[in-house]
Amino acid sequence: MSATVSSRRTLDPAAPARTTPRGGKGRGRAGRQLHGGKITYAVLILFTIGSLFPLVWTAIAASRTNTRLAQTPPPLWFGGNLLNNLDKAWNGANMGTALLNTTVVAGTVAASTVLFSTIAGFAFAKLRFRFKNILLMLTIGTMMVPPQLSVVPLYMMVAKLEWTDQLQAVIVPTLVSAFGVFFMRQYLTQALPTELIEAARMDGASSLRIIWHVVFPAARPAMAVLGMLTFVQSWNDFFWPFIALTQNGNPTMQVALTGLSRGYTPDQSLIMAGALLGTLPLLIAFVLFGKQIVGGIMQGAVKG
Amino acid sequence: MTAPSGFTPDTAAPPAGQGGAAPRAATAPAPDPAEQRRRDRRSRRYRWDLRWSPYAFVAPFFVFFAAFGLFPLLYTGWASLHQVELTNPTHMEWAGWHNYSRLWEDEFFWKALRNTFTIGVISTVPQLMMALGIAHLLNYRLRASMFFRVAILTPYATSVAAATLVFALLFGHDYGMVNWSLGLVGLDGIDWQNGTWTSQIAVSTIVIWRWTGYNALIYLAAMQAVPNDLYESAALDGASRWKQFLHVTVPSLRPTILFTVVVSTIGATQLFGEPLLFNTAGTATGGADHQYQTLGLYMYEQGWVNLHLGRASAIAWTMFLILLLIAAANALFARRLRKSQ
Repeated sequence: MSATVSSRRTLDPAAPARTTPRGGKGRGRAGRQLHGGKITYAVLILFTIGSLFPLVWTAIAASRTNTRLAQTPPPLWFGGNLLNNLDKAWNGANMGTALLNTTVVAGTVAASTVLFSTIAGFAFAKLRFRFKNILLMLTIGTMMVPPQLSVVPLYMMVAKLEWTDQLQAVIVPTLVSAFGVFFMRQYLTQALPTELIEAARMDGASSLRIIWHVVFPAARPAMAVLGMLTFVQSWNDFFWPFIALTQNGNPTMQVALTGLSRGYTPDQSLIMAGALLGTLPLLIAFVLFGKQIVGGIMQGAVKG
Repeated sequence: MTAPSGFTPDTAAPPAGQGGAAPRAATAPAPDPAEQRRRDRRSRRYRWDLRWSPYAFVAPFFVFFAAFGLFPLLYTGWASLHQVELTNPTHMEWAGWHNYSRLWEDEFFWKALRNTFTIGVISTVPQLMMALGIAHLLNYRLRASMFFRVAILTPYATSVAAATLVFALLFGHDYGMVNWSLGLVGLDGIDWQNGTWTSQIAVSTIVIWRWTGYNALIYLAAMQAVPNDLYESAALDGASRWKQFLHVTVPSLRPTILFTVVVSTIGATQLFGEPLLFNTAGTATGGADHQYQTLGLYMYEQGWVNLHLGRASAIAWTMFLILLLIAAANALFARRLRKSQ
């Protein structure tokens, strides 16, 4: 039986799966086709300024000295102290380590969330098994539960495992996400034709082969979106890292930032330099992939 | 072809191996036994795969989920009935309802509950209304529409910590930019840190700034799914743009609005980083007079500053019950809405 040969041909990266159902985004039937008037632009520009100003001002404040920030007309333009502040934050306040730590944490969490969510989401979308609906309801139900509710026992576990101040204390509890599973299920239910899986089965493909050759190619756009969203969320995560990692041990960016602001006379320009360092990587990502991120959030909103 | 035709265990063809193979082997002109065995093994592996791989696919998720999500949730309830100290978190002493009755008598708990509610309202309501308005504007045909979308979403890229530290500086009493701007138009500076309303408004501003753009995009996505002919017929009936917005857009968006209300409500009950870091004194009290301490922050203070993990668990479970109430109210409200349509 030439199962392997024939399956490779039929399983070839899901040509039909690409035709995302229910397109209807942008152009075509996009709401009203009326042009925005002058007022529309004025209001939007105002909101844009409101959105961007605090970020720009962070950079301005980070380029000044602490004494300058404690004077009455607040600085409205850049000064010459940026490199000095960044250097102090990077070397003096452990921000370099924090940046590396945050990258490791967010990267690991995003990769594992995408992987596990895709295979679990596929099982929920296309396979039949006992307790499926109960398990799915459980997953959705707990999406609503805030993380504060689990913090005390998590802290006990971490203390018992002696993981305090170690990155795995932050990584391991967030390796999977109920939202991710639900998101992938919603996407795959529509984007992955059941016939394609049936055909693969007929050719004798095992489930793992189907995951690899059918599900992953079909899920790729949603995987990218989920990866981006999870990365941003994990990068900015504050509550649990703040409890599990102490400021002077082995901090993530957000925890290191709070460390900067503690102490008798916090150096505001240094804090702003830290805030800038912590935000800059995501801002760069926004400049490069802004369109995709916006598209991803809007897509998630419609599907979710 | 020994493979079952269906792909689910329920619809799978009668097994071709094991039971089915034995009698046939007796009557059919003796097939090669080795070949037969191989075929059996393959079909057995096949059925095994069909039956068990779904569980294997959801297992990693549920193992982690149970260990770090579900178990801690329930265990928090158990811990809330004990006296547990942070200094020795594995030692638990039975305390019954003591932690809860203490909360009931604690004025700071009630204050935190009230603050969570008021901050939740003054951050969620303007945020969602502005988001709706912006989404409406973005739904027009615009030049540089992608630029506007990305720009209003950028605050979403900042962390709670970074945003709060920046806003704390902007809202500073003596040298803050906000008070300086008020001075420019001849108004007195406001003590954003110490007043009850002023501090709560300042904290809410951070929330509003970070999430308005995000919600606007969610609304925009829903608006783009509204069929065009609804607007056309409304326009034919002589409805103005504002009337169209009120009578076509908003009703079509009801489920989405409900969704964002629920999500924002949940977010508001968890508020923690903003009130913690807005306090330039660096304590977890939410201001000298607890004037902007939220439940989340209060829980942290009890558990990790005052070292009472049991009491922190009781606060966590109280929050859980409040959330359940909100969810129930919401479900009721949603059903009412659906009936009225």
